[in-house]
Amino acid sequence: MTVRVRVPTPLRKFTNGADEVNGQGGNVRALVEDLDRQFPGIKERICDETGKVRRFVNVYVNGDDIRFLQNLETSLKEGDAISIVPAIAGGA
Amino acid sequence: MITSITARALAREAAVEPRIANSVLDLVGNTPVLQIGRIAQGLSPAVRIFAKLEGFNPGGSVKDRPALKMVQEGIRSGKLAAGKSIIDSTSGNTGIALALIGRVLGYPVELVMPSNVSTERKRIIAALGAKIIFSDPLEGSDGAIRLCRKVLEENADKYFKPDQYFNPMNPQVHYETTGPEIYRQTGGEITHFIAGIGTGGTIMGAGRYLKEKNPRIRVIAVEPDDALHGLEGLKHMASSIVPGIYDEKALDEKIAISTEDAYAMVYRLAQEEGLLVGQSSGAAMHATLRIARKLRSGTLVTVFPDFGDKYLTTNLWVGWRDKMSVGNLNFSI
Repeated sequence: MTVRVRVPTPLRKFTNGADEVNGQGGNVRALVEDLDRQFPGIKERICDETGKVRRFVNVYVNGDDIRFLQNLETSLKEGDAISIVPAIAGGA
Repeated sequence: MITSITARALAREAAVEPRIANSVLDLVGNTPVLQIGRIAQGLSPAVRIFAKLEGFNPGGSVKDRPALKMVQEGIRSGKLAAGKSIIDSTSGNTGIALALIGRVLGYPVELVMPSNVSTERKRIIAALGAKIIFSDPLEGSDGAIRLCRKVLEENADKYFKPDQYFNPMNPQVHYETTGPEIYRQTGGEITHFIAGIGTGGTIMGAGRYLKEKNPRIRVIAVEPDDALHGLEGLKHMASSIVPGIYDEKALDEKIAISTEDAYAMVYRLAQEEGLLVGQSSGAAMHATLRIARKLRSGTLVTVFPDFGDKYLTTNLWVGWRDKMSVGNLNFSI
């Protein structure tokens, strides 16, 4: 199934500047793997070396933070809207 | 030696003992400097680390200094006058400072900020009566800069924009206050000045003053190690709109710090020094310690831009006990 993923500015160097991309996967973990196949290196920015989502990255599925759902195991369905949002608002 | 510096600094502080302030704005600046204790253990005995605690400003951060200076200069030049509102883009601390100053001086304040700024900041700004215009969180602080420009273009006559990223008064206030305070508080013995880059105001202004006093003082900037980071208030220059006031040539060195290392240092500062600070202070302390470990002697001064109470609901603290074993701290630094 295909979902839409909104990409924050700091990760757009991986997506050739695109602010929204399509991805595949039955859950968020599979989606992140698919994104990394399409855009090599992006997974390492979203997840730490143990595979968990980094502390300062928030992933939302249809507006809900996956930390309050089933984290990377949160299931996805066709047409879901995913947002990857830096946990902080930036500088100064 | 440490005692003598402290005694001298204290004597000077006592000599200019404030004072009953007539306005909250009179309390901006003249922040204390703290010698870092336990975290500095294991360093060469002739190496000392000091942190300037900017959280003691009335708005709770270093941003009170440039915000006040920029507004005062706006009034002096006539750009800010009765009937105008103050507007700027900010991720928080500058917004709090402007909201406070606007309230005291009687100017309405509107702030453009990404909607993912911490809840505490939104509430503090709202409590001070400023209006918040939210920008897209996916666009970060650069998105707020762009939206602010748009709002301003549509109604240019209504607003005065301090423009902290481009206003020379931002580094100027650090040249006039932060730098001299640090020089005085260390009895002129500072050898290294280490500060994070947000707009670059602190490092540019205070760094220039210190270099003028003693060209051998090393000025070292701290920045996030990646475009995607969790260091509120700091900018990754290579991937950002570079502030007009920032001049990398004036720096001796730039150190990149990972978010994980900075967060770990925030936890250490709370646990070992009793000092609850924000992420950017953690980054500054981590960088300072990294430098200190290579030295035989030196007086290192860093800036802690704010305290940590504004971040208790953020990812910095939410869930932190899962990661850290309190009382048995083991950080890889």
